[in-house]
Amino acid sequence: MLEKLVFQGLIGLSFSMYLWLLAAGLTLVFGVLGVLNFAHGSFFMLGAYAAFTFYEKLGINFFLSILLSLVSVGIIGVIFERLFLRKIYNLDLPYQLILTFGFILIFDDLVKMIWGGVAMIPPMPSFLEGNLSILGRPYPFYNLFIIIAGLAVAFLLWITLEKTWWGRMIRASASDREMAGAIGVNIPFLFTTVFVFSAMLAALGGALGTPVRVVAPGIGTAMIIQAFVITVIGGLGNLKGAFVGALIVGILTSFGILLFPVFELFIIFVVMTIVLLIKPEGLFGK
Amino acid sequence: MTKLKPLLLIALILLLLLIPALGGKYILYMAIHILILSVFALGFNLLLGYTGLLSFGQAGFFAVGAYASAKILLVIPSLLLGVIGGAIAGGIAALILGYLCVRHTRIYFSMLTLSFGMMIYSLAWKWRDVTGGDDGLVGIPRAPFDIPWILSVNMTPMENYYYFVLVISLLSIFFLYRLVNSPFGLTLKGIRDSENRVAYAGISIRTYRLLSFTIAGLYAGLAGSFLPPLESTVTPPIAHWTHSAEPVMVTLLGGIHTFSGPIVGSILFYIIKDIIVRYTQYWLILFGSIVILLVLVFRGGVVIFFTERIWPMLSRRSPPP
Repeated sequence: MLEKLVFQGLIGLSFSMYLWLLAAGLTLVFGVLGVLNFAHGSFFMLGAYAAFTFYEKLGINFFLSILLSLVSVGIIGVIFERLFLRKIYNLDLPYQLILTFGFILIFDDLVKMIWGGVAMIPPMPSFLEGNLSILGRPYPFYNLFIIIAGLAVAFLLWITLEKTWWGRMIRASASDREMAGAIGVNIPFLFTTVFVFSAMLAALGGALGTPVRVVAPGIGTAMIIQAFVITVIGGLGNLKGAFVGALIVGILTSFGILLFPVFELFIIFVVMTIVLLIKPEGLFGK
Repeated sequence: MTKLKPLLLIALILLLLLIPALGGKYILYMAIHILILSVFALGFNLLLGYTGLLSFGQAGFFAVGAYASAKILLVIPSLLLGVIGGAIAGGIAALILGYLCVRHTRIYFSMLTLSFGMMIYSLAWKWRDVTGGDDGLVGIPRAPFDIPWILSVNMTPMENYYYFVLVISLLSIFFLYRLVNSPFGLTLKGIRDSENRVAYAGISIRTYRLLSFTIAGLYAGLAGSFLPPLESTVTPPIAHWTHSAEPVMVTLLGGIHTFSGPIVGSILFYIIKDIIVRYTQYWLILFGSIVILLVLVFRGGVVIFFTERIWPMLSRRSPPP
């Protein structure tokens, strides 16, 4: 039984990494721009569709496809931030949520229009196929690849925020937007870069998932709620919290499927509710 | 405008009563859906517009009402009992969960309601013995409107069911209208505008928020209870968070600071949907664009836009004394 649990935990760990890539951007945008972006899951979906198209339809190399997918979603992100999101930074929460919800409707239907409503899975790139043997069970090599990729992103993100000029500007404007602007940080430009970067992180999650997870119109809305749960558990706007939250939600989901198949989705929301009631600022909030 | 209001209201109610004579089955079906969404959204706006709390889990209470009424109707074929049971179930669920939700305001309140709504969704989806799982509950009868020894009206014809929904909706709308214009409604608005002042006046803010939340849940439950007899099934998606976004959208569309906003928004929602669907199955692209335009341009909602911009323009020739 213990072996089974450990193994299931490892499966959950790789699922956590997709969640982490999505939640990282969501919490970054909330922390810096102050907007809770419902449409963030749509970037995950668009990333998956773009990667699918480049890789499966156009036959481009797997990694190049992912890169091209990030660039495509990045461009959509620039347009999205410059034309729309910028206008709602100072609005009340209902308006922010509904504007971004409007984009979910648009992106979902656009995807159906372009790619059709059916779910698709492209074949695995051959060099990532195969299984490892962990605890005597076959563990897909691709899952290990995802875990490494997720950890690498976490590490790079930490270095970027702590050690680079851009990271310092982000932290400065997250803690005091007006003061950062007063001392010469170009806030509007910074916001665009943060938003585009976050959209690309979500797209990376979507793109990396294409060979193992379905590419279908609803994946954005399914993922965004889990990302909300994660950011709430970890603390809204808190990156470290998002990472830990993603681990909690991913592994709990994976155990839940094994132990309480009926209440697997329920458990996540129980955890979210408990955190909100006891420590609403999140596990890692101030 | 104020003199015209009662006249407009009477004309509107007459029109609503005449709909079965004017339109076919499809129009009636649409009208019932508009009434359901109106009641749902009006209850929601008691929370958002009057109390200042954005709930993103109202679909949960809607579903509690729908499942409760379906369960009742499957056992006891009495429409009134189903609807009352649904409304009460929605209200009780809101009272219990609301007790926890009203501890927070702003984004944390929204997240808590989202969380509870999704818990109800996952129960509806997975608790197969009670809810039928993803198949839902099927074969729910449109039972007669039955008051023992007094009267019994057959509800199978769509017109009859329409009148039933219409009368109960109008009564509940009237009750809510009286409520928001009572001292209770004023207290809620006071809490929305200045929490601390109301607290200094010795009023328990949490109690009022909880009452508002419970009434909103009651209305969501009532709206939900109308659905099973109409469709003869209930399925889990009605509890999903994307369904919770519907009252938010129509309320913002009509305007949160007017009583009639959610009703006008519901009517527009179905009219817009109906028109676009005739041309393209991808109606959500256009509807999403309308929602975005609404947030960026007509933020007060359609009702305010009409009463403050269009109406003064039309009546400019006779300036008020």
